[in-house]
Amino acid sequence: MTDNIKKCISIFSLTALSVISLVGCANSNDNIKDKTEKLTEKIVDENKTLTVLNYGEYIDRDVLKTFQEETGIKVLYEEATTPEEMYAKYKGGAIDYDLICTSEYMIEKLMGEDELMELDKDSMEYYDNIDERYLKLSESFDPGNKYSIPYFFGTIGLLYNTEKVNGPVDTWEVLFNGEYSGEIIMQNSIRDAYMCALKYKGYSLNTTNRDELDEAQKMLIDQKKDVEAYFVDEVREEMVAENAAIAVCYSGEAYLANEYNSDLQFVVPKEGSNLWIDSWCITKNCRNYEGANKFLDFLCREDVAYLNFEEVYYPTPNKAVFENLDEEEQEDPLIFPSEDALNNCEVYKILDAETTEYMGEMWKELKVLQ
Amino acid sequence: MKDRKTWLSGPYILWIILFTVVPVIILFYYAFQDDAGRVTLDFFKGAVRPIHLKALWLSVLLSLMCTVVCLLLAYPLALCMRSLKMGKKGMMIAIVIGPMWMNYVLRIMSWQLILSQNGVLNKVLSVLHLPRQDWGNSATAIVIGMIYDYLPFMLLPVYNAVMDIGEDVIEAAHDLGASKATVLRKVMIPLSKPGIISGITMVFIPALTTFAISDMLGGGKVMLIGNIIEQEFISSMNWHLGAALSLLLMLFIIPGIIFSNEEEGGF
Repeated sequence: MTDNIKKCISIFSLTALSVISLVGCANSNDNIKDKTEKLTEKIVDENKTLTVLNYGEYIDRDVLKTFQEETGIKVLYEEATTPEEMYAKYKGGAIDYDLICTSEYMIEKLMGEDELMELDKDSMEYYDNIDERYLKLSESFDPGNKYSIPYFFGTIGLLYNTEKVNGPVDTWEVLFNGEYSGEIIMQNSIRDAYMCALKYKGYSLNTTNRDELDEAQKMLIDQKKDVEAYFVDEVREEMVAENAAIAVCYSGEAYLANEYNSDLQFVVPKEGSNLWIDSWCITKNCRNYEGANKFLDFLCREDVAYLNFEEVYYPTPNKAVFENLDEEEQEDPLIFPSEDALNNCEVYKILDAETTEYMGEMWKELKVLQ
Repeated sequence: MKDRKTWLSGPYILWIILFTVVPVIILFYYAFQDDAGRVTLDFFKGAVRPIHLKALWLSVLLSLMCTVVCLLLAYPLALCMRSLKMGKKGMMIAIVIGPMWMNYVLRIMSWQLILSQNGVLNKVLSVLHLPRQDWGNSATAIVIGMIYDYLPFMLLPVYNAVMDIGEDVIEAAHDLGASKATVLRKVMIPLSKPGIISGITMVFIPALTTFAISDMLGGGKVMLIGNIIEQEFISSMNWHLGAALSLLLMLFIIPGIIFSNEEEGGF
């Protein structure tokens, strides 16, 4: 009997191995790849689908239904939490994504790896709705705006509870001076965490200088005893529940946090911060290029962009939407950051592999510390 | 007849190959090869650096604490359930298994709400004029979450083992003059040892490898070996080191499984 089982095992492992090697061949052999691509293209075109990867809670789901009603293209919608997770999902290759909405430094990385296709802007009716100001900011990672369309943008700042702080909050110093021990929530992501210390010291948040990074590391290690938690998604709820006095927080979270708890205010520290832009791009694997451009154009349309703005409440780069908001909303620092705040801000650039690894090690060292 | 029965295990063998054997081969592939395709031991050298061993040590410590508490809770409970009447036993099992019908992320989230600064626990304590506890976002919270989550995995094998002990054996021990404590020490515990050991394995191993519980209840301040592996695969994109760390973790788990199989008389 055991012989039989052994036979089974060897047959199965042989099949498994040959499948793996076939996949490997297909990757190296363009002929086979082209053939399979053509084949799948046909299937996808017939099915009229688009596979989309976006952040969680980052679209009004009804918009997807409207798109299907108008164009007959079904959107297969996938979510991820961080740009790194999106990259891993995309590179993993288990699902072929046609469109990805992700952060600018991840778009830069994908561009560098030749993973994106140029947009067909001429085919887009509503591309002009995007404010040129943000297209210009996008040029820092996408020169000529060839590969990406800004979707939402914002800053990282401090969300604080006016009842719990002693005096005005307008600097990163409050995170490091020990005044709010046990009352601080930091971002649980490598770059956002070190950014606070780097900006406070007046360094660039894109620094690769080891001395500057080591200094930031020392500050974060000293700070750890004062930190209540490192969170990403939980920041808003924790602040609303008054479990901390100050949190490093995305600007877009501030408005909703304030809706739930009016003691919460938001500020972009005077030393400057990170300005982030989440943009849409079309992947090299896209098998429905026309549909993908149609979908991006659809997202720029005023009514659609407004629905998404209502859902997400992050500042929108869509000027057609912005101009139709009332003045109070336009000037609300909880939604749209002031011009002054933006002046000291920087956009993340991708760091070289050594620095990324160096920061990964710093992060582990910080976290392992008890 | 015998032949047919062997074939029935076909789907299971396929399952094992696709989801255990092949992934482990892939792990070996990544752990021993660098990006240039050279065979190397560098990633293993990287895996045993003090920073990783520190996280591994903490994981072992927390999961041991969790296992011990689970055993101390489960064994007396199993003895209680043994002495209950038939109908009540079903009820008890339902109470133990019931929570497992809920998604475990949801259950861990509720612990977040209970243990946080202004959480349910502190509200109750302040009403009772007792000192507030600061257990949220700490190693303590992680152990509490682990115990809550893994207790059924301890209770069920222990309960089964305790139920299998014949009443006549215990009566015989009593007839020969054994006290209740002696019966427990010399009869009950030795006879239920296989259940205890499989309970320990079923609690210790998932507790050792967890990363979701430590992330959610540790407030990101406590890094267990599971979290390091997650960081290497997801944010650092260093699959080689991640694979080496996973294999290192397996070195801890495999002897445990072999040991428990031997104790249970093997399969």
